[in-house]
Amino acid sequence: MKSYLNFFKLRIITNLQYRAAALAGISTQLFFGFVYIMVYLALYESNKGVTPPMNLSSIVTYLWLQQAFFALTFPYTKDQELLNMIKNGNLAYELIRPQNFYFKFYIKLIANRMVAAFLRSIPILLIGFLLPEPYKLSMPSNITSLIIFIIALLFACLLVTALSMIMHLLTMYFLDARGVSSAYNVIADLFMGGIVPLPFFPKFLQNIAYKLPFRYISDFPYRVYSGDITIIVGKNMLIGSFIWIIIIIVIGLIISKHALKKAVIQGG
Amino acid sequence: MSYIVVDGISKTFKVSKRSSGMKAALKSFFKRNYVYVDAVKDISFSIEKGEIVGYIGPNGAGKSTTIKMLSGILLPTAGNIKVNGFNPFKDRKKYVSNIGVVFGQRSQLAWDIPAEDTFDLLRDIYKLDDKKYQKNKEELVKLLNIEEIIKKPVRTLSLGERMRCEICASLLHEPKILFLDEPTIGLDAVSKKIVRDFILKINKEKKVTVILTTHDMMDIDTLAKRIILIGKGKILYDGSLKKLKTEYGSYKNIIVKTDDTIKEIKLKGIISKKKIDGGYNLIIDSNLVTVSKVVNYLSKYHITDLDIDNEQIDDIILKLYEDYKI
Repeated sequence: MKSYLNFFKLRIITNLQYRAAALAGISTQLFFGFVYIMVYLALYESNKGVTPPMNLSSIVTYLWLQQAFFALTFPYTKDQELLNMIKNGNLAYELIRPQNFYFKFYIKLIANRMVAAFLRSIPILLIGFLLPEPYKLSMPSNITSLIIFIIALLFACLLVTALSMIMHLLTMYFLDARGVSSAYNVIADLFMGGIVPLPFFPKFLQNIAYKLPFRYISDFPYRVYSGDITIIVGKNMLIGSFIWIIIIIVIGLIISKHALKKAVIQGG
Repeated sequence: MSYIVVDGISKTFKVSKRSSGMKAALKSFFKRNYVYVDAVKDISFSIEKGEIVGYIGPNGAGKSTTIKMLSGILLPTAGNIKVNGFNPFKDRKKYVSNIGVVFGQRSQLAWDIPAEDTFDLLRDIYKLDDKKYQKNKEELVKLLNIEEIIKKPVRTLSLGERMRCEICASLLHEPKILFLDEPTIGLDAVSKKIVRDFILKINKEKKVTVILTTHDMMDIDTLAKRIILIGKGKILYDGSLKKLKTEYGSYKNIIVKTDDTIKEIKLKGIISKKKIDGGYNLIIDSNLVTVSKVVNYLSKYHITDLDIDNEQIDDIILKLYEDYKI
């Protein structure tokens, strides 16, 4: 365990060097935050009299949280180092270490996400809180929802990383998994509520979305924060999220075992 | 039971194959053609503790594949491997603490930081005791003469310097077995010598079992008492280098410096005669004709200089390849 923790620390230190990437990320996310909010403002303005599926302050909060933790919950961030290693065969050196291959890279991917999110989220959240209505990011509805939100966000990160790991492992079979990963990206982004929040979905799509693991990545944490998902439902969803994490990790482990059995070390 | 037992292992790879060009590319989009390539076919050998074994063969013979199977990276398609009681692939996590591997064509050192930092990371990965690690590191660094080198970023190192760091990195956890896959590839004479001396030393002092693949016959000559020759995935020769030399090394090379013209030599056992600058180059088979007989025969000419060489191991290997048609 200690060696994994050390590795985690090392990754954090390495990633903290990339200041320019963080600044670029912050400005992009701010821009998208404003644009999305304006779109929803216009939508709500032109549909007065219709009861919207989410109230305005919930949706604004949802959008800001989504932008703030974008790096933490984006469906697929590829790790070039791991992909290169598989492609050029340097994986060989990883396999002669007394470590579990899957968990080593799982930790690496998580560290990448956490650092990126840490650097981006704080300024975005601060700006969000300081903005005037209707652009304002609201405070959590109460302390319990805040706690559930934090745990849910952590779980979301564990879950999305486990999914990401599967995408990386598929490279061992296809060498170039761009096709599979872009298909996954679209599906995951849609069903986690990344494009449009799930309450806006037609009923039949909602039913599908609620059965898939993706909603735990962003729909659940961001809506429980504003109270759009109640505390009682939230508590149950934490259990659901946890079960999905276990399932996806186990699938990843099985794939990694199988992939290594069939592995070919590229390039002699 | 021997230390390393390899029992009838084979490895088959599935390789997709298509001709070049647009048409073939389109065709392969719908239907892939696969060929099965036997990289290694039914290989068996055993190695005792403390041996240095040279594993040689032409490119694509299956040397690296065997090393990868021995180090637990690849799973053999058939057959069994037992190393010190471990099954390399199955017990990989436990097993790999016992071995060190150097892939001459790859790097385990982080590119942008000094090698010493990678060493420290390896200490954590292998969970080494700090005192022991420091002592071991100092010793290796001194032996390989890289005290200054390990403080420079790896990207600034020459190939020879880097290779010495790679070897050091593979031995920090005091493995009992060392696999070297072309450790001297691309190195200059000085670096090669350092690497060779080092391998001999750790074999002698620490009783490390060494298996190395190489194309450099000098490596084999200085290091390995036993060689395993492999071609097209099969073992062609397994035995001492000395025996190989006496069996296949009966040819001798004689360089005669003379201004005279030597006509045909009417002796049995003259393999070839070539005119070279200022004389002749003769190759004789010492099993058929003695050197003195040849020299005697030549004495009727005015000879300014005479040079007799044993056959180089390179030529022996080439001859072996020819004999086995590989």
